[in-house]
Parts: sequence; structure tokens; C-alpha cells
Amino acid sequence: MKKQRTAGHIIFQVVAYTVCILLAVMSLFPFIIMIVNATRSTPEIQGATLSLIPSHYFMDNIKILEGKSFNAWVGFKNSFIISTCSTILTLYFSALTAHALIAYNWKLRRAFFTFIMAVMMIPAQITGIGFFQFMYSIGMTNNFLALILPAAAAPAGVFFMRQFMIASFPLDLLEAARIDGSHEFYTFNRIVLPIMKPALATQGIFSFVTSWNALFMPMVLLTSSDNYTMPLMVNLLRGDIYKTEYGAVYLALTLTVLPLFVVYFSLSKYIIAGVALGSVKG
Amino acid sequence: MKKRHKSISYARYGYYFCIPFVVVFLIFSLYPTIYTALLGFTNSKGLGNISWQFLDQPFRNFEVILKNKSFKLSVINTLHIWILNFIPQILLALLLTAWFTSPSIKLRGKGLFKVLFYMPNIITAASIAILFYSLFGYPTGPVNYALEKLGIINEGIQFLSLKSSARNIIAFIQFWMWYGYTMIILISGVLGINPQIFEAADIDGASSMQTFFRITLPNLKTIMLYVLVTSMIGGLNMFDIPKVMFNNGAPDNATLTASVFIYNQAFAGSYMYARASAASMLVFVVIAILSGFTFFLMRDKDEVKERKAFKKMQRQNRKVQKTTGGAIA
Repeated sequence: MKKQRTAGHIIFQVVAYTVCILLAVMSLFPFIIMIVNATRSTPEIQGATLSLIPSHYFMDNIKILEGKSFNAWVGFKNSFIISTCSTILTLYFSALTAHALIAYNWKLRRAFFTFIMAVMMIPAQITGIGFFQFMYSIGMTNNFLALILPAAAAPAGVFFMRQFMIASFPLDLLEAARIDGSHEFYTFNRIVLPIMKPALATQGIFSFVTSWNALFMPMVLLTSSDNYTMPLMVNLLRGDIYKTEYGAVYLALTLTVLPLFVVYFSLSKYIIAGVALGSVKG
Repeated sequence: MKKRHKSISYARYGYYFCIPFVVVFLIFSLYPTIYTALLGFTNSKGLGNISWQFLDQPFRNFEVILKNKSFKLSVINTLHIWILNFIPQILLALLLTAWFTSPSIKLRGKGLFKVLFYMPNIITAASIAILFYSLFGYPTGPVNYALEKLGIINEGIQFLSLKSSARNIIAFIQFWMWYGYTMIILISGVLGINPQIFEAADIDGASSMQTFFRITLPNLKTIMLYVLVTSMIGGLNMFDIPKVMFNNGAPDNATLTASVFIYNQAFAGSYMYARASAASMLVFVVIAILSGFTFFLMRDKDEVKERKAFKKMQRQNRKVQKTTGGAIA
């Protein structure tokens, strides 16, 4: 009886490992093909698209990319400016709003939190037309501020910060600071914000990546290619001039994916923990 | 009257600190929402034209949209692709959750597997769309190449020009990008279940199968509903992959999703802002209902209890105040 169970156990483990390894391969394989093909020439790729042996056409592919519409550097720069600024805004104002919700007992507090919960799920792109017309009428299309400023009101950010603060808010410190005569705003900046570093880091990663990957609003608002963000640059690769430049397309994709790989694999521990934290409690 | 000791009230800072959020929200979120809703009742169209009049028949745009074949098709496509992606997604996520949280099967490398399964979720969807566009290319894409070499097919398949395979590829990409996320959410849900329930089951001699179906699953009900509804909202907004991969819903509108339809109505062709707004608002209503449902699910039961307890305390305080003459603030 017992022996049978261990035999079953071993079979089970073999199945589980096989499935997990297959899924892991499924996650990585497309990107491996992408990186390998980025170093191969178009004739090589046409001959055999599936190869795990890198070739030596990396620099040639870079030359093909140069002078065409896809400009990795411009895309990177624009995405970096927009994502950094909007992340800073989201973090600071989400923390401030969450602080207001936790540290003070005001009349409309509960109503305000209910409101934040209610609008949290509503995606921005559904009101994209009104937003576009509004921005157009005040001349703010092709202006990064149109993509950055709205980040100051991020309901999901407030929700996340509040969840974190409920668990670890230093009410005693707040009292102590008051006794020492510290102004409330000063207390927030100097005492509360530093304590919230772990939550800010987690929220920061997600805000940054979300903003970096955004396609809809940038596509609507940014019409000049000098202002294109990375996803808009990627979108250009569907164009006819890239139809036969297989190697160059894979290279361009690699350039857009590598920064995310670096960020993800260096911070994966926090990211996975953050995803789990962001969910409701069972 | 006794002199009342009044402590400094800090409540006003609660209001002050919310001002930036509220102002930005009103300008960049609420106003565009109302504006979009209004545009649905107007004749707004044409690139660069921001003047409009209200229509004589206010619901004309909504009628047109509801009768529009492409819109209907886009809604059906969206649902089709979403279901095709969600069912395998939740099943696989559940299976992995059962494996990863089971105390009897000790899998090694869980951390690494989680990192790898979640990874596609963080990569730019536009890049993934182009990557799969290349992978499924005809005649020399890697997928065709592999299938030919393995002898499964004799000549290349035009995956991207066939209606059903185009839709299936999008559904697969969505599945591939999201099952890791769903799994992590479900695992954190299982970890949130009171461990004593599992202990009790163990003492009663329940097998791991029984434990999973009788204890884990019923306790995950709320979180699974949450996953379902949020995934539906996300699915209704499916834009990046179909837009970048197939641009205008090719082949033959098979990959035209509701969001792509709205985008193409408003920001391409004849720039029909009014009609696109009407379509947006229809989707908005569905999302509002769904998010209202999630909101109901997520409401903090502990807090409702706390609130009741707090009110009770206040009442008692008031009573005490009456008896002691209001010494307690």
C-alpha cells in the first residue's frame, strides 16, 4: 500500500516537473528565437528560421535599422521621460492621498475611499475620445504632459498604498512629530514617506512598466514620430519597409525587450510579491 | 456651562492632502468621461474639427452603432477571443496553484517557475505582437519551419491570413501573457485561507484531491470571481495585440475587437468621433456594471464589522459624555 503510494508520488512529480518545464520553455523560447535571429542575416533566416546558433550579422542588422523610421534611441528616451515622470507623480500623490485616508479622521473619508474603489476598475482608454478632444482643444497633443499629469490621480495606486499603510502606519510617530511641533505636511515628507519605501518600490515598478508598455493613449496623442514612445516605434515594424528585413526586425524587438528583461530579472522577487499583494485577500 | 477643552483638530489635513488627487482626477478623468458621453449625442467628426452640435435625434449614434455590422462583429470577436483565452487560463492556473500549494508534493524551483510564468506579462504587448507576427510568418516563419521539419505539414500555412487561426493566435498570446498572473493571484488566495482548516482536513484523513476540491476551491470562490471579472474588463479593452498584429481587424474583420473598432472609428478613416463615443459609452456601461460587481465582491467585510463596532462605541461615548458633562472629546 505504502509502496504504491510512493510510486504514484514519483509519477506525479515527473508529470508536474514536465509540465512546469514545458511552460518555462514556452515562456522563454519565443524570446530566445528573437535574440538569436537578431544576430542573423535575412538570407540565413529565410533558409532556416529556427536556429539556436547565433550568427555574426548583429552590426549589419543595426546598420539596416539606422536611417529607417524605427528609432530605438528616440523611443527609449521618450518612454523613459514619460514613464519616470508619471511614476514619480503616481507614487507621491498616491502616498499623500493614502496618508490622508489613514492618518486623519475626516467626515468624507469613507465616501472618498468608496469612490476611489468604484473608479479603480474603469480603464482610461474608454474615455479616450473625450480626452483627445480636450487635449486637442488646448493644444496639448504631442505634449508629454498630457500623458504625465493624469498619473497624479491613480486610484489603484492609492488603493495599494492604503493597503500597505493599514498594516504598518506609525500613528505614534505622527503624534510624536506633532508634539515636537512638526507641521503635518513636513511630517508626511520626512517621516511617513521614508517608512513607506517598500510599498513605493513595489508600486513604482508596476507604475513604470505600465506606463512604459502603454499603447492606446500615446497612439492617440502622439502624432509626430519625434515624440514616439517605444511601443509606437515597435508598431512601425509592421510597415512595408520592414517586410523583408527579418534580421533587423528581430533586432529591433530585442532592443525593446532587453531593458524590460534586465529590470524584470533583477527585481523579479519584488515583482512577484507585488502581484500577490495587489490582489484582494481571499 | 463648563469650559470645554478643545484639542486641535487635524481632520482638515485629510481634505488638504486629497486636493491634488481630486483636482487631477476632475480635470483628466471625470471631465473627459463626461465629454465622451456628451459627444455620443453630437455630430462630432473630422480630424482637427472640434466644433459640434447636438443631434436632433439624440440617440441616433447609439442606434447606428447598435445596428452596425462591424460593431456587432467586434463584440462577438472580443467575447470569442476572451473565452478562448480565459478557460484554459483559469484551468492551468488552478492546476499550477494546486501543485504549488500542496503540502504533500514538494516541487523544487517554484520561485523560478513563478518568475518565468509571469514574465510574458511584463513585456511590452506591442513587441510581443510583432514577435508572434514574425514567428507565425508565411512562408518562412519559425512555426511553419518547425512544423515542416517535424513532418506535421507538407507546406507552410498562412496562419495570419486564416480567420480562425488569426483569432486563435490572439487568444493564445493573451493566455500566454496572463496565466502566470492568474496563478500568482490564486496562490496568494490559497495562502490567505486559514491554515487550521487544512490541518483539520489532514487530521480527518482527507486525501490531497479531496482537500483541493472540498476546501481549497470553495474558499477560492471570491478570488476566482474577482479574477473572472477583472479579466472580462481587461478582455473588453483588448487592444494592443490585435491592433499591432492585425491593424484593421484583418483577415476579414476576424480580429476586430471592440477597442480596435472604437479606435478605428475615431482616429482613422473619417474620424467619426461621435459614433466612436457612442460605442465607447456602450462598452463603458458594461464595464461599469462589471466593476460594480467586483466592488461588491471586494468590499471589506472586516471593515463593515469594525464600522458597526465603532458606531456602537460612539453611542456609548455619547452616553458617557452626557453623564460626565462632556469631558471626553
